[in-house]
Amino acid sequence: MEKRVFFKGWMLPAILVAPQLIISFIFFFYPSGQAIWNSLFLPDPFGLKTEFVGLDNFRFLLSDPYYLASFKTTIIFSTAVSVSSMAIGLYLAALADRLIKGAGVYQTLLIWPYAIAPAIAGVLWLFMFNGNIGLASYYLKALGYEWNHTLKGDQAMFLVILASSWGRISYNFLFFLAGLQAIPKSIIEAAAIDGASFWKRFGTIVIPLLSPITFFLLVVNIVYAFFDTFGVIHTITSGGPEQSTTILVYKVFSDGFVSQDLGSSAAQSVILLVLVGILTVIQFKYIERKVHY
Amino acid sequence: MVEKKKSGYWLTHFGLILGVLFIFFPVWLTFVASTVTQDAIIQPPLPIIPGGEFFENYANALFRGAPEGYGARVPVMQMMINSAIMAIGITVGKIVISLLSAFAFVYFRFPFRNLCFWLIFITLMLPVEVRIVPTYEVVANLNLLNSYTGLIFPLIASATATFLFRQFFMTIPDEMVEAARMDGCSPMRFFIDILVPISKTNIAALFVILFIFGWNQYLWPLLMTTDPDMQTIVMAIDSMIPTGDDFAHWPTIMATAMLAMVPPVIIVVSMQKFFVKGLLESDK
Repeated sequence: MEKRVFFKGWMLPAILVAPQLIISFIFFFYPSGQAIWNSLFLPDPFGLKTEFVGLDNFRFLLSDPYYLASFKTTIIFSTAVSVSSMAIGLYLAALADRLIKGAGVYQTLLIWPYAIAPAIAGVLWLFMFNGNIGLASYYLKALGYEWNHTLKGDQAMFLVILASSWGRISYNFLFFLAGLQAIPKSIIEAAAIDGASFWKRFGTIVIPLLSPITFFLLVVNIVYAFFDTFGVIHTITSGGPEQSTTILVYKVFSDGFVSQDLGSSAAQSVILLVLVGILTVIQFKYIERKVHY
Repeated sequence: MVEKKKSGYWLTHFGLILGVLFIFFPVWLTFVASTVTQDAIIQPPLPIIPGGEFFENYANALFRGAPEGYGARVPVMQMMINSAIMAIGITVGKIVISLLSAFAFVYFRFPFRNLCFWLIFITLMLPVEVRIVPTYEVVANLNLLNSYTGLIFPLIASATATFLFRQFFMTIPDEMVEAARMDGCSPMRFFIDILVPISKTNIAALFVILFIFGWNQYLWPLLMTTDPDMQTIVMAIDSMIPTGDDFAHWPTIMATAMLAMVPPVIIVVSMQKFFVKGLLESDK
């Protein structure tokens, strides 16, 4: 995509791009380079000098049971968050799409949680499940179920997944609704005339036509679960109990800032960088394909 | 519409209302908790209808801080101002630098144009959380800790807005530029008098998305600000939540949580049309 008509000169465009390039260099390229550089060194415990260790930081990480556990935690967490928020989002979008009147009202009622910060969402759910005063934990106790997410890893995991998915439903709902409304009604009507039931139509027409948007949402939701949920985890569990909710990005933070293990934290940053890179490439491959339709 | 069975119609509404209730419930509880006394909260179960302490609790949260307990006496008014400055700074900063660079990429041919484009393109990939440690060092070395500049600038370094504007500029007919040039219009004049005005809806859409992004920043202000006067409301709520068995004044905390939610929610609801447009377009 190129314009045929353009302005002459190179001074002006250089000045126009300069602010963005300068900010990118200072706050993006230099720190990212620094992360890659630091990942090859091991600072001594007093921070006086650093020793070049090559890929040892990576080798150590990949054999570190805590890091591998964090990998597993991240996969479970991001899969659960993506799948549950997408399933609920699709369910609500499919219902709203059936309405002739009122879909707009439901849209307004359902999308505003997008504006709630993950950290605040964490606080809301933490309050509900607080062991002493929480409403949910009170009724669970009344039913004979002992709730204590500060001690039980699986309950902590459930709670961070719940809080993260809750805030994400609105986003998925909006995209699925837009996708559903873009499906030509004539196709649905033709199938209905041929005698296909609602579920038959949903399974054989709607789902396949939604597959590009579903795939896009899957990638975006995984990226969300990888990074943006930091606030949820930090407010609800701080990665505990016993690191059971320490996802990768939380470990970069806790190793880098809390334990000051800079070499390892930098190596973890590089690994995350590669993971995001792969996800971004996948996402762009998908967009290019979509443009060709 | 294909089917018009009455039962299906009500089931549809029923399903949607269930969804709406699930979305609203935690926020409703928070609102209730922000309107009752401390005693009503610490003796569960929490009532389901609001109490009479609304003004008391919100006045406490805004101007005096919690009267007792963990994280007491930290008023959040200044934090809300800080959050607003950070959110608006990020929003305006990103929109301005992205408009300028998108204009340069689309309407000029200059040396290293492709290289510059790719350099900016790469910044799409990496959220600030990943390069958090070295970015912190950069900001510390520049003496920008506890400053608005340090809060705002590192978060401006991202390419999403540039791409949105670039895409939009590509759809503007070439005749526009030709006509402008014919009339002897300089590039900057074209930019200010034609390009920016016709980008209004896109700017509004990005404004909503970026304001929410800015207001909701958590990890970065958490690391950046040690000075209580520079804290933002979203990060500060973490320091109010008690750990373990610490005593805390919950009504004030929950009022603070409500105050942290209200500005971005108002923006989303009042600018819904732009929000939907911005969301559907900016992430693609």
